[in-house]
Amino acid sequence: MQFLNQSVELHPLANHAMPAWAATVGAREMHAFCAAARAAGRRLVALWGSDRRDRDKQHGYALHVALDLAEGLVCLTQPLSTAKPEFLDLSSVFPAANRMQRAVRDMVGASPMADDKRPWLRHDNWPENYFPLRSDTPDAVFKTKNEEYAFIRVEGDGVHEIPVGPIHAGIIEPGHFRFSVVGETVLRLEQRLGWKHKGIERRFVGLSLAGGAKLAGRVSGDSTVAYAWAYSQAVEAITATAPPPRALSLRALLLERERIGNHLGDLGYLGNDAALAFGLMQFMRLKEDWVRLNGELFGHRLMMDRVVPGGVGTDLDARGSRRILAQCDDLEREVQALKRIYDDHAGLQDRFLTTGRVTAELAELLGVIGLAGRASGQRWDLRCLHPCAPYAKLAPKISVHESGDVAARVLVRFAEIAESLRLIRNIVNAMPQGETRIEIGGELPGSPGAFACGWIEGWRGDVLVALESDSRGAIRRCHCHDPSWQNWPALEHAVIGNIVPDFPLINKSFNLSYAGQDL
Amino acid sequence: MIPMLRQIIRAGIVTEAPPAADEALRLTGQRLSAAMLRQLGRALVIRHIDAGSCNGCELEIHALNNPYYNLEAIGIKFAASPRHADLLLVTGPVAKNMEVAVKRAYDATPAPKLVVAVGDCGCTGGVFGESYASCGRVSNVIPVDVAVPGCPPTPLQLMQGILTAIAPAAAK
Ligand code: SF4
Repeated sequence: MQFLNQSVELHPLANHAMPAWAATVGAREMHAFCAAARAAGRRLVALWGSDRRDRDKQHGYALHVALDLAEGLVCLTQPLSTAKPEFLDLSSVFPAANRMQRAVRDMVGASPMADDKRPWLRHDNWPENYFPLRSDTPDAVFKTKNEEYAFIRVEGDGVHEIPVGPIHAGIIEPGHFRFSVVGETVLRLEQRLGWKHKGIERRFVGLSLAGGAKLAGRVSGDSTVAYAWAYSQAVEAITATAPPPRALSLRALLLERERIGNHLGDLGYLGNDAALAFGLMQFMRLKEDWVRLNGELFGHRLMMDRVVPGGVGTDLDARGSRRILAQCDDLEREVQALKRIYDDHAGLQDRFLTTGRVTAELAELLGVIGLAGRASGQRWDLRCLHPCAPYAKLAPKISVHESGDVAARVLVRFAEIAESLRLIRNIVNAMPQGETRIEIGGELPGSPGAFACGWIEGWRGDVLVALESDSRGAIRRCHCHDPSWQNWPALEHAVIGNIVPDFPLINKSFNLSYAGQDL
Repeated sequence: MIPMLRQIIRAGIVTEAPPAADEALRLTGQRLSAAMLRQLGRALVIRHIDAGSCNGCELEIHALNNPYYNLEAIGIKFAASPRHADLLLVTGPVAKNMEVAVKRAYDATPAPKLVVAVGDCGCTGGVFGESYASCGRVSNVIPVDVAVPGCPPTPLQLMQGILTAIAPAAAK
């Protein structure tokens, strides 16, 4: 199979929950294929590296690129020379590749041929030649240093810098923001992330396929259902396991509940950051009601470890269904009332409108995805474009706004709550009978190199899990990709020309994951 | 304004009673004298530090400020700087990249410098353990008074941990 008029021969990946294809390519082919995808208006999903010296002495490393094409997910693998593992810079095609490529060098020691030589996940707290994802790298503990990171300086009359973080002044995850400002206007923002890097990808190596689900569900806790589902999809593809229909419907129920829960919290904090504490208290009350019912019905307020390879570790009885439907009615009424208050509140709208704008053109250029992308006119939503079961039947409506400001990101959240409520009702009313879980395939593929992907539209955007098993059926490599990788750079642009005091509001309107990108 | 007032009246007061302290969570003896505890009462200022969590624990810490748990109503509030804090609420295993920042925040905190480690990660390193990139449990990096297990601990468990840190030591 060939796509985009490229000579690359792609083979379908078996047993996947969505259409997926793979091919091994050379350096030029990789670059040309990516450029063709970009020209066709398609996008980069993820980019990661791996060590395969045990399989190929000469080409002992590999660069992996996942793309979203009209036909489905396309995974390209480019073998890299063992002696000199280098690859062509893809950030000129996909700007979002910059940080991912730097992370490949930090983790695997394969380098992009790019000008930006700065590390990304490594903060000088382990040596430059310690590559955590090389198979012969021993466990080690190093003395902590603190790096000098080469921020890009803005010079000029009256320009000064405001460094913020890593510890921020709130209940937020750590990261460092370097603002260059004149007066109170932001000229430039540069992010330094990676503070929470805790070696998740190395931790995956050697875990059993079933055991990896717990770790995958903790890459970014606010998206635990999305990660656990994507991870399970990958395991199910490798083991040729088809989860029962009831399990798939329950997964979708949990995923939509996760989406609504996060949106409720964000809408509260967005009100609060624009000085409407009333909004925070009202939405936090609704969110608490919501997660309490998760706890009661599914045994965990955030629904961690409920999606497992082979199905789900929870079920829903008639009483539970009734409670969910009743809660949907209550929430709908309350959110509509609060939306009217938000819409009519002049002070709030004054802060939301035109603030932190990412135009559709800029979003397209940067490859902004998920919720933030949809608020800037980017029509990416896996549930609509490459729906896995049961989404094809549910036919979700995509929520898109064009203006790309804080107001648009607020409106997309309101619209998605309404749509997810509709989906939840349909899921509960048409819940298939039967099993909720089957044992994952007993017979694991003995050959080394079984590779599969899981791909799920979480509340923030699409989460990809790329999984490779080893000859014993344990994890050889597991790469978890958070949509925040694509969207963090957009925040750097969104604040330009805004005033410093609006930064918390703009930041919250994106609400990106630090944990998810730091790994 | 009228719709907001209506909404406030309709929602009513949902705040629930706080839990009692739980001595089982305490790692060290109570460091504060009875006199100090009396003085402190429950007027406690907390600085939250995310040392490398998955962000699940943060969601439950946020919930402490919702109207159900209403931590501020019992005199406990969150501050923006460790310099204003009596207690540090630390989540996650301590990521290697955060080690220096965590130690600095601890140094900047005035006495009594109470520390509550949050979650299975804060208590033991959790699923992330110790590695080139993770220092593991919070007490590997700074002294910890109270450790609250759970993944993540519920808001009630968190409250219990915080209240334990300022409860008089149980009579032996
Ligand atoms: S204890 Fe659980 S919820 Fe808290 S940071 Fe660790 S993995 Fe996340």
